Amino acid sequence: MAKVLMKGNEAIGKAAIEAGCKFFFGYPITPQSELPEYLSDELPKVGGTFVQAESELAAINMVYGAAAAGARVLTSSSSPGLALKQEGIGYITNADLPAVVVNMMRGGPGLGTIQPGQADYHMCVKGGSNGDYHNIVLAPASVQEAVDMVMDAFDLADFYRTPVIILSDGLIGQMMEPVEFNYSPKKELPSKDAWALKGKGNGEKHMIVNLNMDAEDCENHNIALQKKYDVIEADEQSWEEYCMDDAEYAFVSYGTSSRIVKSSVDTLRAAGYKVGLIRPKTLYPFPVNAFQRDNIKKYLDVEMSMGQMADDVKLACNDKNKVVFYGRTGGIILTPEEVVEFGKSVMGGDK
Amino acid sequence: MVPKNSKRVTIITGHYGSGKTEFAVNYAIKLRQISPKVTLGDLDIVNVYFRSRERKKELEEMGIHVVSSSLEGDSVDIPAVAAIASPVKDKSTKYLVDLGGNDVGTMVLGRLKPLLDSEETDFFMVVNVNRPDTSSPEGILQEMKSLEDASGLRVTGFINNTNLIRETTVEDITMGDKILKEASRLSGVPIKYTTYVEEVVKDIENFPDDLGGELFPLKFYMRKDWM
Repeated sequence: MAKVLMKGNEAIGKAAIEAGCKFFFGYPITPQSELPEYLSDELPKVGGTFVQAESELAAINMVYGAAAAGARVLTSSSSPGLALKQEGIGYITNADLPAVVVNMMRGGPGLGTIQPGQADYHMCVKGGSNGDYHNIVLAPASVQEAVDMVMDAFDLADFYRTPVIILSDGLIGQMMEPVEFNYSPKKELPSKDAWALKGKGNGEKHMIVNLNMDAEDCENHNIALQKKYDVIEADEQSWEEYCMDDAEYAFVSYGTSSRIVKSSVDTLRAAGYKVGLIRPKTLYPFPVNAFQRDNIKKYLDVEMSMGQMADDVKLACNDKNKVVFYGRTGGIILTPEEVVEFGKSVMGGDK
Repeated sequence: MVPKNSKRVTIITGHYGSGKTEFAVNYAIKLRQISPKVTLGDLDIVNVYFRSRERKKELEEMGIHVVSSSLEGDSVDIPAVAAIASPVKDKSTKYLVDLGGNDVGTMVLGRLKPLLDSEETDFFMVVNVNRPDTSSPEGILQEMKSLEDASGLRVTGFINNTNLIRETTVEDITMGDKILKEASRLSGVPIKYTTYVEEVVKDIENFPDDLGGELFPLKFYMRKDWM
């Protein structure tokens, strides 16, 4: 398929359709509203269903219902909207159901701003709902990667029967880039017939349950969930390395801020600094395997937040003294110049 | 390349994502090189991301007056557009109007329309054939009709702004030219300019001789190096 120029939000909508998603339930919020707008036009054309729900709470519970019936289903929002969806995300997770959730982050906390931010790391990666749970979290750094990750997200959701969150931000949502759509499942996906609520007929009784009447059952369910997370942590870590071969210092950054950091790495390399970038593509599972390096003197964590992923970098490299942080927040986009200055301040003056 | 006798008021419209703002900012800068007084009106009330007012400081330094919402703030997208009418009345300034995308973006023209003199107004439609909705002559004409119906103005020229940002080739632009020429033939609307970004398309000698309109080199003003 030839490349076309699309805005991140629209491209994600198209990627979902290409991956066989037939249902979207959501509620508009800047800076992701083009996504529901696009799907409101396009889903009916492929026999799908688009519903603008009365609220984010209603939307996520419609997602719960469609997922229980075995559908490929998507919802999307931006930071405060995603905060509203947390209860439902916990329910869907507890019920072992697949769904894809897009968060185009903006400045926070609360209503915050409508400019891009990355301060929902804790909410989405650590989990903003109650209980012992994780969701797979993917962090695209370009419109093409957002497209590819949305397609992967549907497969991962079905394979592991879990919600998958695309954690992106307003800039990727609003930015135009050339994209192409080539969906082919990367995993052999099990049939949903064994559990989906499709009408019993003469078959077995299926139930989707959230309330446990017995604490021991609930603990056993948690143990089963944990086993699933062990597999995810072993098999699904993903990251990009940039200029890391001879690096003595490593920036760590994801999504939009990693693009800025990448250009700062080029500037610093040209000035003689042995510095590279580790860019997590999966935030859960966090790519701990990327941090097993003795030769790195410092990890320079850069985010558009006050420092949330930095804690995971400290755990991953197993040395909190090696991790330094720089960030802007509230909707301010980092500049390559300030990241270069930060790099020099850590690595020591001009070379 | 921008003619000295260009119409006094030029309104830039187009499908959303067609590249209106990047073209408008470049056009304003070129206009300033031949005109003593240039005003750029950022009338984008559709989307708060990537608006020309983000470059207000740089543009003002080049001697281009920028008018936008009378309520300043990155997050404001309400149509408080009190300041936009006076440059229409001020005959001493060239006035370039950068609209928001699609038919809804033209709504704000309701404020200007009673003041506009069609003799001194151009209404240019920016087209990127690599955008899915304007990838065919039919798509372009349908978009043109919806822009004309919403604004009550007739498009007076096409801008071929076919691009894939940093991946754009001479072939892409030539393909856009072919499709836009067909839309031009069907509608009678001439192609005024064909754009290319200088730092991206370096082999311009490979453009065919019969490319529609004049070649219009662009610089990235809205898109930062890391974008």
